[in-house]
Amino acid sequence: MNARFLRDGYVTDALAQIGAAGLFFFTILGAVPKSLRHFRETVRQIWFVGAMSLVIIMTCGLFVGMVLALQLYHTLSIFGGTAALGTVVALSLFRELGPVVTALLFAGRAGTSITAEIGLMRATDQLAAMEMMAVDPVAYVVAPRFLAGVIAMPILACVFNALGIFGGHLVGVTWLGVDNGTFWGNMTANVEVWADVINGVWKSLAFGAVVTLIAVFQGYTTPPTSEGVAYATTRTVVFSSIVVLALDFVLTAFLM
Amino acid sequence: MSRSAEPLVRVRGLSTRLGDKVIFDGLDLDIPRGSITAVMGPSGTGKTTLLKHITGQMRPDAGEVWVDGSNVPTLGRDALFALRERIGYLFQNSALLTDFDVFENVAFPLRQHARLPEELVRNIVLTKLQAVGLRGAARLMPSELSGGMARRVALARAIVFDPMLILYDEPFVGLDPIALNQVLKLIRTLNQTLGITSILVAHELSAVRRVADRVHLLANGKIVAAGAPDELARGESDWTKQFFGGEADGPVPFHYPAGDYAHDLGFDGSAA
Repeated sequence: MNARFLRDGYVTDALAQIGAAGLFFFTILGAVPKSLRHFRETVRQIWFVGAMSLVIIMTCGLFVGMVLALQLYHTLSIFGGTAALGTVVALSLFRELGPVVTALLFAGRAGTSITAEIGLMRATDQLAAMEMMAVDPVAYVVAPRFLAGVIAMPILACVFNALGIFGGHLVGVTWLGVDNGTFWGNMTANVEVWADVINGVWKSLAFGAVVTLIAVFQGYTTPPTSEGVAYATTRTVVFSSIVVLALDFVLTAFLM
Repeated sequence: MSRSAEPLVRVRGLSTRLGDKVIFDGLDLDIPRGSITAVMGPSGTGKTTLLKHITGQMRPDAGEVWVDGSNVPTLGRDALFALRERIGYLFQNSALLTDFDVFENVAFPLRQHARLPEELVRNIVLTKLQAVGLRGAARLMPSELSGGMARRVALARAIVFDPMLILYDEPFVGLDPIALNQVLKLIRTLNQTLGITSILVAHELSAVRRVADRVHLLANGKIVAAGAPDELARGESDWTKQFFGGEADGPVPFHYPAGDYAHDLGFDGSAA
């Protein structure tokens, strides 16, 4: 089986893709200073990938927090520990669920649209036209979207966390009767800014960079056909999901 | 030879393969400064590929492509971009930026490369749009344009910097007779008033006859005939007779290489 994979080039193709994406990352970094000339484009992209993702992030954050509180209340009540509900909900969101679920939602909402947009620009010769007008498409098209993703992801994760805690409070305090003071008091006493909140922000930054890199790379290198754009869009979601979850394990191991 | 007497574009020994197919096989070509030169030939002979070599969008396997004294395949990215600022390129499919309206599409090169007052940008853009008859369409989005209108906007964008060289890839496709006439006049006017060198890839012999100084017929990876349009259309070589006469039989095969027709249809009993 392994020999067949090697013979058919799956492994070498995958390694070549990873290498090309790595080189593309450095190309983007090199183009960032030039892209600051088009800062309005970066702001426009922050609006597009960030603000336009708010509805899905807020809705999902609310329901994730509500489900989390419901499940945890049931488990904690077995041990008589429902007073810790606020703490556990907040820690789960800040450390894991906030950054990870936001990144997965971001890949589905913004990552796919970035890939499709750049892929269609490739298919309709718009990127070639920019090259012909002596405008670097990496600086004008790719870098602003990459920066927007890196900037928007931690903000979206914070919004997700806030709505998640609100959802947890709604279920835990309003519905299941956990004491309001206990909920907030235990949470503020046990959640640490640097160890929990900021570590989650670091994770979000890393996920923002990785998901947006995958999205822009897939769009930029897509074959200029409708089928090519469709495959690239799918690959963005699949690769982003795998990489986010794998990277989450690595980062958690280092940040613990 | 003084610089001004040298051809603006000089191609020597150009060889390119795409997969197994030989596109150019030691092609030589000179484009004189200030001329309008048409490159014609059967479909798939590499006319657009030739334009891509001239602008450095593709690198050849071998050979030299000199544009205004620079060998394009050897240029670094910065030098290539500096050269492209002096070249206008009309894409076959217009390639308008779909996020911008017509005005901003034409203004795009100006905004990227020249820090001009907004009023001057506005005047330049409206002048170019007036030249292609679309000043009134300045605020339309590309999705609201017909194919012919999009081509004219792309033409306005290609000439917005008054470049030294303009490459037109199929500029006459989709134009109605009125627009075609105006575009032909515009190409001629740009050439006569500003001395802009033009290379156009086209199939419409009647339009080419009205505008081009010289035609190069490209086939089998080489220039097989060259001359003034009328002279070439009356040519007696097999190439010119077949191409300008539109005949299926001749040195250029009409059919893509294929196996035996009867065999493919199963008339010899081989089909399952």
